[in-house]
Amino acid sequence: MPMKTPRILFALLLGLALHLPVQAADLSIGLAADVSSLDPHYLNVAPNIAIASHFFDTLVTVDADSKLAPGLAESWKAINATTWEFKLRRGIKFSDGSELTTEDVVFSLNRPATLTNSPGPFTPFTKIISGKQAVDAHTLRLTTSQPYGPLPLDLSSIFIVSKKAAENASSEDFNSGKALVGSGPYTLLRFKRGESIEMARNALWWGYRDGRATQWDKVTFRLLPADGPRLAALLAGQVDAIEGAPAADLPRLKADARFHLEQRISWRTLFLQLDQYRDKSPFITDANGKALEKNPLKDARVRLALSKAIHRQALTERTLEGLGVPAANVVSPGILGHVAARKVEAYDPDGARQLLQEAGYADGFSLTLHGPNNRYINDDQILQTVAQFWSRIGVKTKVETMPLSVYFGRLRKADFSIGLLGWGSLAGDFALKNLVATPNAAEGWGAWNWGQYSNPKVDQLLHESLASVDDGKRRKLAEQTATAALGDTALIPLHHQIATWAMKKGLRATPRLDEFTFAWQFRPE
Amino acid sequence: MAFVLRRLLHGGFVLLVMSLLVFVAVYAIGNPVDLLVDPNADAADKARTMAALGLDQPLFTQYLHFLKGALTGDLGHSFIHGTPAVTLILERMPATLELAVTALLLALVVGLPLGLWAGARKGWPAKVVEGIALLGFSLPTFWVGLALILVFAVVLGWLPPGGRGPTIEILGIDLSCLSLEGWRYLLLPAATLALFKTSLLIRLTQQGTVRALAGDAVRFARSRGLSEARIVAVHVGKPLLTSLVTVVGMEFGSVIAFAVVTETIFGWPGMGKLLIESINTLDRPVIVAYLLVTTTLFVILNLLADLACAALDPRLRLGAEETGHG
Repeated sequence: MPMKTPRILFALLLGLALHLPVQAADLSIGLAADVSSLDPHYLNVAPNIAIASHFFDTLVTVDADSKLAPGLAESWKAINATTWEFKLRRGIKFSDGSELTTEDVVFSLNRPATLTNSPGPFTPFTKIISGKQAVDAHTLRLTTSQPYGPLPLDLSSIFIVSKKAAENASSEDFNSGKALVGSGPYTLLRFKRGESIEMARNALWWGYRDGRATQWDKVTFRLLPADGPRLAALLAGQVDAIEGAPAADLPRLKADARFHLEQRISWRTLFLQLDQYRDKSPFITDANGKALEKNPLKDARVRLALSKAIHRQALTERTLEGLGVPAANVVSPGILGHVAARKVEAYDPDGARQLLQEAGYADGFSLTLHGPNNRYINDDQILQTVAQFWSRIGVKTKVETMPLSVYFGRLRKADFSIGLLGWGSLAGDFALKNLVATPNAAEGWGAWNWGQYSNPKVDQLLHESLASVDDGKRRKLAEQTATAALGDTALIPLHHQIATWAMKKGLRATPRLDEFTFAWQFRPE
Repeated sequence: MAFVLRRLLHGGFVLLVMSLLVFVAVYAIGNPVDLLVDPNADAADKARTMAALGLDQPLFTQYLHFLKGALTGDLGHSFIHGTPAVTLILERMPATLELAVTALLLALVVGLPLGLWAGARKGWPAKVVEGIALLGFSLPTFWVGLALILVFAVVLGWLPPGGRGPTIEILGIDLSCLSLEGWRYLLLPAATLALFKTSLLIRLTQQGTVRALAGDAVRFARSRGLSEARIVAVHVGKPLLTSLVTVVGMEFGSVIAFAVVTETIFGWPGMGKLLIESINTLDRPVIVAYLLVTTTLFVILNLLADLACAALDPRLRLGAEETGHG
């Protein structure tokens, strides 16, 4: 029978195709920090957010270049100065098969305020929202208590959970997986606290992130906070990729053909904050160690002199071995409020000495520079380098560093005269509100402005910028604010940090500006 | 019995002082909320967080509150994980104990015979073994760990560089030592941790052997024509045993303490790694709970070691001298 052969052949081929082992694509990544909870509203820290992004969606997402992109909301607009309307995507399913509606969104926006035992709550992103109205199952109106431009950005930090699953759940129920019902690209397989998190592709996931669907069927994140073990895991092939590749080992990794590096300027900008309110600053004396009548840092000429004395090119090329680029701004290039026209302060020791002389410090003075020693790339060495530059213009500088857990608390108590700080922000006006706005505890302004820089013009511009719901207008105002504050040397920008991911050969990744590590960033070469 | 009670009371006092010290120390380092709360949080947010964690109270009130909870077995919730601190510690304890016990056994299996051998033979064997012991004493644990990872995991690729690998559950406790795959993960950290103890055991055994061999008992035994094996077993081995039990009992505590470094290097998910992470984030309930749990363990082990010594050597009447009825 002539018919039979092709049919058999076809069946054979089909059988072959069915039985061909479909190469399951697995990926394992070494993370540089511990993940403390899988409850996406429990603790507002980067490692927890990175993992939650795999299980849950947000209304608005932030792409690799930190531009806002549609998430669960396919569009949004400001109806008036205090009302925003979000249109939800239709047909989005949670991993348990139930449909995601505005009810779940409202529940998720309310939930952070109910988690009273959180040591780092998400409420800073939600408290501005005074009204939540579900117009229909797919339209949501949010009212803010005052005009507030960054609302869509804030909403990129609030994960949408299933009301049904989370309503009566404790944070522990998320860790066990019981309440962990999201609409994101992955579902939880296993959370081994302090060791690893295993996840599998969510077959019901609706879409893509950063323009692509995820390729990996199973992803394992291993928690390797210490540099040595993380690197060893990569070298031994236990993980396919790591974030935060240790700076000291980069030359070696670069030279090794078995590995590939991805680098980009991250959102983290490092700068020096200066005490600008006390007449007698605790760590400043005259050149002979005697107390000074006045605090020299209150004089804008002195601040500018200190900035001019720093050779940022040398700092980034030598001290940082290329893991930084000189900065003239407090936010990285491409972020709202970054003033591209601002030039990096040129290295000018003569000009600096001249300025000191004009300000009445021809003989210089002495100070101690403080910073952390386990937070930023080569943080200790950065301070040593700056101290040498300053000593060259007659400002005798000593350096004292300490672990972050000690440093942050002391810094915020204004225990120092000059301190090193790194800041990652997706909006310049936001960063400046924390760093240079006149401190006002009730409103949360100037929360990190321990040096109490205060400039009414900067405050005014900041208010206007943050209240602009029109993106173009806000951008302009944010840049004006930055120009005003930095023109006054409210703080001394040093450099933008460069983040590094290392992976085995054959893998490629799209590095993110915000330093997050997500599975969908990675793809086979 | 009075002895046991007194020791337990003594232990309780140590726990009390320890918890107070840790409380004050962590308080002096800084405020965890400074590290954790979002930079954009306003004063109200921060105040609410402080109040929720009880950090707004004066230190003394916080401590009393802690004591009250501790008496009912509640050591508070971890700030960072939101889970009861005791649960976190107990969850990780099997991993640490397995590592510590394996390391100690490894030290015994290697250290005892080597020490005996070196003590019984003079000349070059003693020199060689002494040299090995000296090396084990002087090399820092973290360096040894990294070197082992480099050689066996990175260069040779025989063993995994870290983590715990698969475990098998027995009576609700996860253990690595029940499968070959589990042993591959256990071997390097256990060897790292065992190195110092092995050296210590070699030295102790060697010196004990030399001393015993030179003693009257051995001389008489020799003159009685006893076999060398019997001499070593009875007249050298037995006196050694009591001092070794004391040392091993005490050293077990220090093995757990050293495990902090080893666990960090090998990413071994035990209590030590948890402690380091908790110190970095100022997670006081976990730090306090860790120290209380390990101190308790230490007190109990010491007690057991003393009881074991008494059983081995009837001359040691426990507490006899202390009560004056000797």
